[in-house]
Amino acid sequence: MSLTTTDVQKVARLARLSMNDQEIESARKQLSGIFDLIEQMQAVDTSGIEPMSHAQDVSQRLREDTVTENNQREAFQVIAPQVENGLYLVPKVIE
Amino acid sequence: MFESSLKQLGDALRAKKISSVELTQLYLDKISKLNPELNAFITVNPDISLAQARDADARMAAGKGEALTGIPIAQKDIFCSKGWLTTCGSKMLHNFVSPYDAHVIQQFNNAGAINIGKTNMDEFAMGSSNETSHYGTVKNPWNTENVPGGSSGGTAAAVAARLCAAATGTDTGGSIRQPAALCGISGLKPTYGVCSRFGMIAFASSLDQAGPMGRSAEDLALLLNTMAGFDERDSTSLQRDKEDYTRDLDKPLNGLRIGLPKEFFAEGLSNDVAQAVEAAIGEYKKLGATVVDISLPNSKLSVPVYYVLAPAEASSNLSRFDGVRYGYRASEYDDLADMYEKSRAQGFGEEVKRRIMIGTYVLSHGYYDAYYLQAQKIRRLIAQDFTEAYKHCDIIMGPTAPSTAFKFGEKGDDPVQMYLSDIYTIAVNLAGLPGMSIPCGFGDNDMPVGLQIIGNYFDEARMLNAAHQYQLATDWHNRAPQGL
Repeated sequence: MSLTTTDVQKVARLARLSMNDQEIESARKQLSGIFDLIEQMQAVDTSGIEPMSHAQDVSQRLREDTVTENNQREAFQVIAPQVENGLYLVPKVIE
Repeated sequence: MFESSLKQLGDALRAKKISSVELTQLYLDKISKLNPELNAFITVNPDISLAQARDADARMAAGKGEALTGIPIAQKDIFCSKGWLTTCGSKMLHNFVSPYDAHVIQQFNNAGAINIGKTNMDEFAMGSSNETSHYGTVKNPWNTENVPGGSSGGTAAAVAARLCAAATGTDTGGSIRQPAALCGISGLKPTYGVCSRFGMIAFASSLDQAGPMGRSAEDLALLLNTMAGFDERDSTSLQRDKEDYTRDLDKPLNGLRIGLPKEFFAEGLSNDVAQAVEAAIGEYKKLGATVVDISLPNSKLSVPVYYVLAPAEASSNLSRFDGVRYGYRASEYDDLADMYEKSRAQGFGEEVKRRIMIGTYVLSHGYYDAYYLQAQKIRRLIAQDFTEAYKHCDIIMGPTAPSTAFKFGEKGDDPVQMYLSDIYTIAVNLAGLPGMSIPCGFGDNDMPVGLQIIGNYFDEARMLNAAHQYQLATDWHNRAPQGL
C-alpha cells in the first residue's frame, strides 16, 4: 500500500510530531513498506469472530470511591520542565 | 562467585561466607571495568546499591534473610525506581528521576534484593537489536560486533557477562526471549497478568509483561516467586493464589508431550538454529518426553497483527509525553501546539516516531475497522490455534529467533526486516501465553542459539521444570563468553 505525502503530513499532525519535508518523505517510504506487511491481514475471513482485546476473560474490578493516594505534588513537580506556585507552566493559550 | 546460582549465593550470604556489601562491591567493580565496552547499563548508583546492601546485611544478621536478600539484581530501565534515573532508553526521559517504585521493584525491595543498576534497552522497548536506544547500542558479550537482541538487550548482556547475579526484562513481542537467545541466557515471559505492570513504562498495554532473566531455569523460578503477585493498581493484574514456581523443578519428564509447530521449522529458519533446536528436542526424548507434530496455521499473521495492535496502543500510551509534567521539553517554540510537536519530535527517536505514526494512522477516522478491529479478530484466531494445539500436547517447543545474533547495521534501513526477527515470539504475546528461552547450542558464527518453550496459561512451573531438567542434562547454560 502506498501512502501519499498528504496522508503522512496528516498523521504527523494528529500525532503532534513536527516533521520537515525530508522526514515526511522518509516516513512515507518506510510506512508504505510496513503497510504492505500489514495488508496481509485483509485476506483473512474473520466474519463471526469476536475481537480479542485481552488474553484472559476477566471483568473490570471495581473499588470503593475513596481517596487512596497521598498528595505528593512537590515530589512530582520537582521533575517538571517549568512550574510556578505549584502550577505547571505552558505557553499562553488564551489572551 | 560470579558463576554461583542464586540459591548458592543466598546460602553463602545467610551463612556469612560473604556479606552483601562485599558481593555488591564485586559486581560494581566488574561493571565499572566492563560497562564502557558493553554499554549494558545506563545508570549505576553505587551509593544507593551499597546502602541497600548494608540494610540487607543487617536484615540477615537479624535472621530475617529471604531467598533473594542481599543479591545484586539489575533492573531494566523501563521500571520506575524511586530516586533512580529511569529513562526507558529515550531522550524523552533523559532527566526523569522517578518519584515512585514500580510494583516489580517494590517486590524486589521487600525481598531485600540489591538494585545493582538500570540496564540499557531499545527506546520505549521498541526494537530487536538495541540499536534504537538513545544511550548507545549494547554490545553482545559473545562478540561485540553483534547485537545483543532487544529490547531487553542490556539486561541480556549484563547477565551473560556476569555483571549482575540476575535481572529483569519486559516482553511485548519477544523482548525477553529474543535477547536471552542471542546472548545465551535464560529468560521467561509469564502469562499476561501474572506480574503487575504498575510503574512499568507502558508500550502496548495488552501485551506488555515483565519477567525474569538469568543464567538458569532454577534462578528464574526464584526470581518469579518474587516478581509475581496481584497488585490492585494494575487493572489487568490477576487475582490468584501465590505460587511456588520452584515446586516442580525436580519432577522427571517421563510422558511429557512436546508439540512442535510445523510453521516454526519452515522457510526463514537458519540451518544452524534448526540443527541446535532439533538436537535439543533429541535430548528431551532421551529425558522421557514424546514429540507431537502440531500446527499453528494463523501464526504467520502474528507479525502484521502485532504491527497494528502494538503501535496503536503505543500511540495512545505515548501521548502522555507532552513536555508539560515531566521529561524533555524543546528549548524554543512558538505556542502550546508547537511546544508539543517540537518536544515530541526532538525527544523521541526514529523508531518510536515511526510506531506512533503507524498507530495514529490505524486508529484514525475511517480506518479503525479495517486495521485495529481486524487485527483483534485475527488475534483471537491465533490464540485459538494454541488452545487447539494444547489438546494434543503439554508444552510447545521451537526456535526463539530465526537466526543467531546478527551484526550491527545488518538489517539496514528497512524496519520490516527487523520486525521479522520476532516471528516466533510474537504469537505468544498475542495469545497472552507464557514463553521462555533457554540456551541450546551455538550457530555457525559461534553465537548462542535459544530454544523457545511455550506453556499453556499459568503453566510456568511446568515450563521451568522442563527447562531445569534439560539444564541438569546439558551445560549450554553454564557457558560464558570468554575474553572480556
